[in-house]
Amino acid sequence: MDVFITSKADFDSSIQRMIQQNEIYGVKRKTPSFAFDRLVAAEELCLDYDITVLPPTKYLLPPTESLIKFKLAPEPSIRSSAEAQPCILIGIHPDDLHAIKLLDAVFTGSLTDVNYLARRRATTIVGVDCVNPWPYSFAASMGTAIPPRIFDLWLTDLGDEYLVEVGSARGEDLRKRYLKTRRAREVDLRQRNKVRQDWLKKYQLSLDMPPQEIPKVLDEAWHSPLWEELGQKCLACGSCTMVCPTCICFDVRDGIELNLKEGERYRRWDSCMFDGFAKVASGENFRPTGTARLRHRLYRKGKYMLERYGELGCVGCGRCVHACLVDIASPVAAYNRLAKEAR
Amino acid sequence: MAVGTELGSSLFLPKLAELLKVEPLSEKEKLFQLRLKDGSRLNHKPGQFVEVSVLGIGEAPISISSSPTRDDSFELVVRMVGNLTGALHRLQPGDTVGIRGPFGNGFPVSELLKRDLLFVAGGIGLCPLRSMIQHAIDKREQFGRIILLYGCRQPAEQLFRGELGEWRQRPDIEILESVDRCPVDVAWEGSVGVITTLFPQVSIDPGKTTALVVGPPVMYRFVVAECLKQGIAKERILLSLERRMKCGMGFCGHCQINNRYVCQDGPVFSYAELSRLGEAEL
Ligand code: SF4
Ligand code: SF4
Ligand code: FES
Repeated sequence: MDVFITSKADFDSSIQRMIQQNEIYGVKRKTPSFAFDRLVAAEELCLDYDITVLPPTKYLLPPTESLIKFKLAPEPSIRSSAEAQPCILIGIHPDDLHAIKLLDAVFTGSLTDVNYLARRRATTIVGVDCVNPWPYSFAASMGTAIPPRIFDLWLTDLGDEYLVEVGSARGEDLRKRYLKTRRAREVDLRQRNKVRQDWLKKYQLSLDMPPQEIPKVLDEAWHSPLWEELGQKCLACGSCTMVCPTCICFDVRDGIELNLKEGERYRRWDSCMFDGFAKVASGENFRPTGTARLRHRLYRKGKYMLERYGELGCVGCGRCVHACLVDIASPVAAYNRLAKEAR
Repeated sequence: MAVGTELGSSLFLPKLAELLKVEPLSEKEKLFQLRLKDGSRLNHKPGQFVEVSVLGIGEAPISISSSPTRDDSFELVVRMVGNLTGALHRLQPGDTVGIRGPFGNGFPVSELLKRDLLFVAGGIGLCPLRSMIQHAIDKREQFGRIILLYGCRQPAEQLFRGELGEWRQRPDIEILESVDRCPVDVAWEGSVGVITTLFPQVSIDPGKTTALVVGPPVMYRFVVAECLKQGIAKERILLSLERRMKCGMGFCGHCQINNRYVCQDGPVFSYAELSRLGEAEL
């Protein structure tokens, strides 16, 4: 394993140099919360945050994104608008990185979404272990509090220093170019393990079963009274999906310039919790109730994604738990309750 | 993530196609004949669909209603129900549209060889079935009986009347037609009543028969019940489903029925499969 140590003071000046030469997005304090945003100065970066309002997946699947550009006159022509500027994303938490692993499986699997692929390849990922878990998160019990190995660099806060793990050739380049490091010793690795063990215990919410068992629980739960109980309160506001790092559904629209000669087709975030999500042009709505939509969302997260892509559709970040005004969106509460009903 | 290799071409990029012919079929439906401008063939299978674009307005999934056994053009029937289909209806021969696809599984042609084919079409459901009916006619010796049960609300809604007339002339196709109601001043030789009234009028060999059913969602439950009553196995009752679609590739989430994507895993499903999907409500 390529593991290094850098002092926090050195790290700050490394970040400053990185900012001067790269497009870099990191976690900033936006009182009272945190958000990923463009960094202009090293001191803006805040790596001991609990959660960001929106997940970093917004850089891979932006709220709106051009898919194709077209000209109508003199002759109709169309081209793809898939392209991306190289950038560095710094401060990704382990659970959000698990979400990116799922997005990779969806968008670069048997069919490739080149818009996603372009952005994904252009993005260097520098993640950080989460020292202060958010009270709404249940990542530890979902097995997503330890990062999957799809990062370029990974940081762990050891007090005055960061432990830096290199995950790719691109990460190694970045380390060599910007970081002042020494090789990590056995004792540093033991220290990281201890830090990780400590924070895993700090999660306040937890799933009552191994996460792989969620599909089994759901297999028996299609007719549970829970769906109606929760679903009838749903406001169809879509907040639970807008903040979710694994939510990827989109709508596609056309826009046209005022000259009426050129335009673009773009996608924008959509939500399976909106009442018209499954409505066809002739008027039929195939998921017409809050009950049906809420059930679909929790099956998609707890079962369908796993069956199709090998990854659960919930990484336990807790954003939806916090975002829902009527307190019905929590996957952990629903799965625990259904498991109890089954017993 | 592999860096550096080619991105590949975008699946969102339509090919340009020219409208060769535009023909009204009924009050609300028009038939469009198209050819891809780059000279390539669509290479579709019966029962597949394409995403049709009017650039600047949008895109909609439309099933292909002609058989690939015909020529290098293909046909679509578009019912005017919204913005995009309204814009399509205003186009003329010579105009250009965008085409993506073909998408979806289509009918399992190899499993249909030697079988008796019982086509059950409700209204505009005849359009996707027509691609398979034409295919079976063009390769007539590869299939058993061809039976078509065709139900509409009223005689004026029948589509492809010319072609239906030709099919009726053929001794190797059996056609039964119904309308829900018939105005008094209209001549009508078929049955009056819902489509299921046609079932008692045919005798089928359930072991040799595969049913191919396309129509409005309300029709499915009754037609499936009728097919089961005739003794057709669940696996041999095939239905093509309509859902909202925005991508055709399993990405956008709109077309999902439980864990299936209608755009990729469908639109054709067996009743055996659908009966296990709670959201199919069958
Ligand atoms: S479903 Fe909720 S807890 Fe799970 S990943 Fe999405 S926002 Fe986080
Ligand atoms: S579950 Fe809650 S957050 Fe989600 S759409 Fe319904 S009311 Fe909004
Ligand atoms: S149409 Fe987008 S997933 Fe099927």
